[in-house]
Amino acid sequence: MDVASEHSTDHDAHHGPAKGFTRWVYTTNHKDIGTMYLWLAFAMFLIGGSMAMVIRAELFQPGLQLVQPGFFNQMTTMHGLIMVFGAVMPAFVGLANWLIPMMIGAPDMALPRMNNLSFWILPFAFGLLLLTLFMDGGGPNFGWTFYAPLSTQYAPPSVTFFIFSIHLMGLSSIMGAINVIATIINMRAPGMTLMKMPLFVWTWLITAFLLLAAMPVLAGVVTMMLMDINFGTSYFSAAGGGDPVLFQHLFWFFGHPEVYIMILPAFGIISHIVPAFSRKRLFGYSSMVYATASIAILSFMVWAHHMFTVGLPLAGELFFMYATMMIAVPTGVKVFNWISTMFRGSLTLETPMLFAIAFIVLFTIGGFSGLMLAISPADFQYQDTYFVVAHFHYVLVPGAIFSIIAAAYFWLPKWCGRMYDEKLGKIHFWWSFVGLNLTFFPMHFVGLAGMPRRIPDYALQFADFNMISSIGAFIFGTAQLFFLYIVVKCILTGEKAPACPWEGAEGLEWTLPSPAPYHSFTVPPKFED
Amino acid sequence: MNHQHYYVPEQSHWPIVAAFALFFLAAGTAHTIIHGQPLLLIIGLGAIAYLFVGWFGEVIRENQAGLLDNDQVDRSFRLGMGWFIFSEVMFFAAFFGALFYIRHFSVPWLAGEGAKGISHMLWPAFEASWPVMSPPDSARFPGPEETVDPWHLPFINTLLLVSSSITLTIAHHALKKGHRAVVIAWMFVTVALGVSFLVVQGYEYHEAYTQMGLTLHAGVYGATFFILTGFHGMHVTLGTIILIVMLSRILRGHFSARRHFGFEASAWYWHFVDVVWLGLFIFVYVL
Ligand SMILES: [Cu+2]
Repeated sequence: MDVASEHSTDHDAHHGPAKGFTRWVYTTNHKDIGTMYLWLAFAMFLIGGSMAMVIRAELFQPGLQLVQPGFFNQMTTMHGLIMVFGAVMPAFVGLANWLIPMMIGAPDMALPRMNNLSFWILPFAFGLLLLTLFMDGGGPNFGWTFYAPLSTQYAPPSVTFFIFSIHLMGLSSIMGAINVIATIINMRAPGMTLMKMPLFVWTWLITAFLLLAAMPVLAGVVTMMLMDINFGTSYFSAAGGGDPVLFQHLFWFFGHPEVYIMILPAFGIISHIVPAFSRKRLFGYSSMVYATASIAILSFMVWAHHMFTVGLPLAGELFFMYATMMIAVPTGVKVFNWISTMFRGSLTLETPMLFAIAFIVLFTIGGFSGLMLAISPADFQYQDTYFVVAHFHYVLVPGAIFSIIAAAYFWLPKWCGRMYDEKLGKIHFWWSFVGLNLTFFPMHFVGLAGMPRRIPDYALQFADFNMISSIGAFIFGTAQLFFLYIVVKCILTGEKAPACPWEGAEGLEWTLPSPAPYHSFTVPPKFED
Repeated sequence: MNHQHYYVPEQSHWPIVAAFALFFLAAGTAHTIIHGQPLLLIIGLGAIAYLFVGWFGEVIRENQAGLLDNDQVDRSFRLGMGWFIFSEVMFFAAFFGALFYIRHFSVPWLAGEGAKGISHMLWPAFEASWPVMSPPDSARFPGPEETVDPWHLPFINTLLLVSSSITLTIAHHALKKGHRAVVIAWMFVTVALGVSFLVVQGYEYHEAYTQMGLTLHAGVYGATFFILTGFHGMHVTLGTIILIVMLSRILRGHFSARRHFGFEASAWYWHFVDVVWLGLFIFVYVL
């Protein structure tokens, strides 16, 4: 193996990609790695999605039809784990890889070899996780939140493999986050001060800090599980002086920031797309930055709002209720800014903009149901019902997922040098939009009426709404296969795209030709505000 | 920022080797725990050793060839190492947090005190104490007979580790001044202190298991004690190995007085391990 070489403009031997499979396996290129992240995320999205289809097929009618309750539990658990750790997080890391170096005028990420390692850990981690489904006693069946003692005393033996796959994912995320921080702090083009950074870069910088603070805690809590299960410790067993509620505190200390890990980069994406299609500058740039930072800080002070009904001291209930409600303030600032950006803009509704507007509307619905859940006394009614499921799917599907899809449409021309088919894109949007709302909106009603989550059967009065949800889910699921078709068609036969296909788009990435050269900037570009 | 050109390393096969090694390490550990067959784990450990020697060896060679003599790369390495240590801090914070929660909430509650004292009805005979000498269900979790005296072995260990941080700093200052013989001498002392710490720790564990009944399954005190000191001990082990590598590099004439980030990074790591120990000494042993 040749050692590294200094990069310079007159040194073109190293500019192009290597041939064959080593290009992908040995790569140090942020674009190749970003591409692999995005495809892995999409594959996981389809796998996690098919698990959702199994769940919705079983819930199509009351009674048990298709799967055993034990398998149903594995499906709900794996669907959550795969979507959170396999689809949304890698997709955002993929976008970070592709976009951050281009947006800040860097040639690549700061630590390119570690970057490749962060990616290649993931296929192994998810392979291991999926393998547990075929082990004795089945895969994880304790819900994606894996509460003790369900995940310790009553877990299938495969839980130990599950624990180590979580360790691998955490390792990958931590290395990814370190890389993002080093890149953003160290590799910006001259003149790009912090407060001139594009918002996607800002939101990812803050997300990286969240990852660094939250993922090690997840590693710690699964390690405690491992010790409780296999080495006789009693962290989560009251019989030895521990406490199962301790598990929940530690898990949600990770879990709530995790929610923002999955949504802050989405805020960044929307803050690029809305101005581009409004042909206006983003309204309130600096307030966006401060709002993002406030959300990040608050996110470490609200974890116990997931635990209102486990028996917290009254002071805890009150503190976590009010702290949670405070998050609505910076989030409201963001929504206000996006709407103000659109106000009196010359709007056009290309596919990315459609997804972005749907994001603003539907994410706000999810935010409001979150406020309802934050009210501790009311939460005693909502806890563990489909209302919670409706809430977090409204923030994650039209939130995180829509933003990723919007980003894909918005930057695809830059990535592959070709335009997607605008008509098909619009069809994909409406197809998804209808499917999504059919799926998740009725869940609010059945949840408020008391239908518990994670149960394969339900009382007869919930039958109609559940059938609507299931039909919606099949509609939404097939729409994503259609998305795959659109992307493949774009890559293979799309029309050639100019450097900047969007009239109102700004940023260094649009100064590069489409597709972007293998190394974006070999010498620092001039950045002018 | 005054750089002219950016530096991007060539393709490398080490990341994929690392991914394989980590996979075998993870799956192999789980396989060993569940099925008692260590083959996968041994493959994993071998692969990790090969990886560390190979990948770090390559970086060291690049370094010696002057390829990494670049301010921007240097800053990236510093940021990387610094934030890696931050993530380690958060890892230990999870275990310290668990310790505080157990001491201040779950144990008193189980004994009938405080806001959730109703849980006392589970084991009405349980009385709160720290360390928990007789856990609520003493049949399943037999408590320890005694606990480690902080002013004996742990105090010696505190002295060893704190002085190792001092000797390492002396070595670092000598390196900056280019006094290599001094560096080598103090590095030997530092490594010796680290190794002695580990020996004392091992002796303490042996005593705990064989004479005090203080084990992993001695209830929640044993759990917090061994996990916190155990993870710390693993970090000292790793830190000592790193320092030995640094020492051998110095013996081969690596590092300049101006640029020696590998050395600095290992010093950061060692100081971090030292600070964690101080936290352990206070909150696990003394209080
Ligand atoms: Cu939360």
